[in-house]
Amino acid sequence: MYTLVKIELFKIFSKWRTYIGFIAIGGLVLLIQTGMYLQGSNYLNFLTQNIKANFVFTGNLLNGYLITYFILGSLTIHIPFLIVLVAGDLLAGEATAGTYRMLITRPVSRTRLIFAKFIAGFMYTMLLVLWLVVLSLGIGIAVFGVGELIVWNDSLIIFAKNDILWRFFAAYGGAVLSMTLVCTLGFFFSSLVENAIGPIVTTMTVIIVFTILSAMNIDFFKTIRPYLFTNYMNTWQLVFDDPIDKERVLKNILVLSGHIAAFFGLTLFLFKRKDILT
Amino acid sequence: MEKVIEVKHLSKKFKDLTAVNDLDLTVYRGDVFGFLGPNGAGKSTTIRMLMTLINPTAGSIAIFNKPLKQHRSEILKKIGAIVEKPDFYGYLSAYKNLELLGQISGCDTSNKKIMEILESVGLEKRAKSKVKTFSHGMKQRLGLAQALLHDPELIILDEPTTGLDPQGMKEIRELIVHLAKEKQKTIFLSSHILAEVELVANRMIIINKGKAVVEGTVQELLNATTLKVVFEVDNAEMTNSFLKESKWGAQLESVKEQFFNFTLEKDEVALLNKELNARNILVHSVVPKRSLEEYFLLLTEKGD
Repeated sequence: MYTLVKIELFKIFSKWRTYIGFIAIGGLVLLIQTGMYLQGSNYLNFLTQNIKANFVFTGNLLNGYLITYFILGSLTIHIPFLIVLVAGDLLAGEATAGTYRMLITRPVSRTRLIFAKFIAGFMYTMLLVLWLVVLSLGIGIAVFGVGELIVWNDSLIIFAKNDILWRFFAAYGGAVLSMTLVCTLGFFFSSLVENAIGPIVTTMTVIIVFTILSAMNIDFFKTIRPYLFTNYMNTWQLVFDDPIDKERVLKNILVLSGHIAAFFGLTLFLFKRKDILT
Repeated sequence: MEKVIEVKHLSKKFKDLTAVNDLDLTVYRGDVFGFLGPNGAGKSTTIRMLMTLINPTAGSIAIFNKPLKQHRSEILKKIGAIVEKPDFYGYLSAYKNLELLGQISGCDTSNKKIMEILESVGLEKRAKSKVKTFSHGMKQRLGLAQALLHDPELIILDEPTTGLDPQGMKEIRELIVHLAKEKQKTIFLSSHILAEVELVANRMIIINKGKAVVEGTVQELLNATTLKVVFEVDNAEMTNSFLKESKWGAQLESVKEQFFNFTLEKDEVALLNKELNARNILVHSVVPKRSLEEYFLLLTEKGD
């Protein structure tokens, strides 16, 4: 399995499209950091405008932690596209290139191939999210320094300097879990077709439609909301609460993991029976 | 003789289309087995089933005396194949493609081994070139290289000379003969060109519309049958008069200037030639037309 995963990772990182995600995130993070450097105080004023009359804020509030929190929040809707760009190509790319014929006629079971491809896709997802967090934190701290983190989560919460970093680690875990679900969904659609464009478009359509439905404040949509997996993809944000709603975090983790297992199981089931005609 | 491939009642249906219909075939160790049929006959579908790319609708496949489904990995370790056109990871070099495929197969992927294989197909100088820069012929040769990489006992080649120039076709034929005779490999060679198979195979099967039309040794099948023959004569007028008054007229298919097309039994060819000569008609050439399509027609006419 180790060799297969290594080969799949090598294939992923030999393709130009793989680096689009890293370049895009790098560019966006730099742009947002520049914007915050130039006009970040306006954002901070907006965040604190209602309570400024009653409280006096001291210290470095426009710091690397706040910038990273802001970037994570802004990019969660865009990262899935970068994930699915690679995940959608994992199986459909082999079909398009005609390389299924070389791959599947090797003395390796389809189950092992699917596992290897999925693990490689998962590792790409982890690396992409890690890149986002490390780059945001690294540049943020280097340019803006550290300080208390001020977040608006139903109410205004201020986290002490020494109570923040672990939350970013936990947020990273939550973001990876959510993005792995996106990766699995793209992987599932990728197993059904012979062109990588289809899975990319379909996965993004599902995510966008589900996200819109999750956000709509209409009674009917409220009743279906618990059944939309996008409703549980904000797990990373839950760790920036005080106190943390552990039950909700656990429920989110279970729902996301369940979806990942279900989509992966379905992919495996269908792919093992699939006729390779390309 | 030891059976290497044994296919029984194999069928494959795609919705309403029956691509392979109750096919039986047996390949023995050391055979160069010709698998013939026109385009769309079901050759590639059969090969895809042999290589586990598609699942049969019915029937059984045993390779090396073991059921393929239950012993897939064990069997595939001993098979090298080109299934239809060879496609590779275009963004990787020829060397890297072979290295990756070799690693998946669990075979020797040392620099020496890969360079040896590339040299055997004449690609050693392009080892580091990306496959996307290769011509079809070069990809075909790289396809052969990947099929031979793990030193398989059985080699399945699906139309290996498609798209090659005459020199390339000759090289592939020589390689097949070399692999069979010098390396004692069993070869399963699919083609729609009868002449190609005739030159290298010892046994063959012809399939059409997914069904076996005929199976046997190449010698038996090509020699014991009726031939379509073109006689080129010096005097068309005299030949026409002779044919009208003799029994040969009934076997005449068509005439174009000096060229007379007949359907004859093999031993009748010499007899007709002799009778034409006896009437002072000179025969410049006698060309048997054994294209697969015509051979098919003969077989189906016989069947009717």
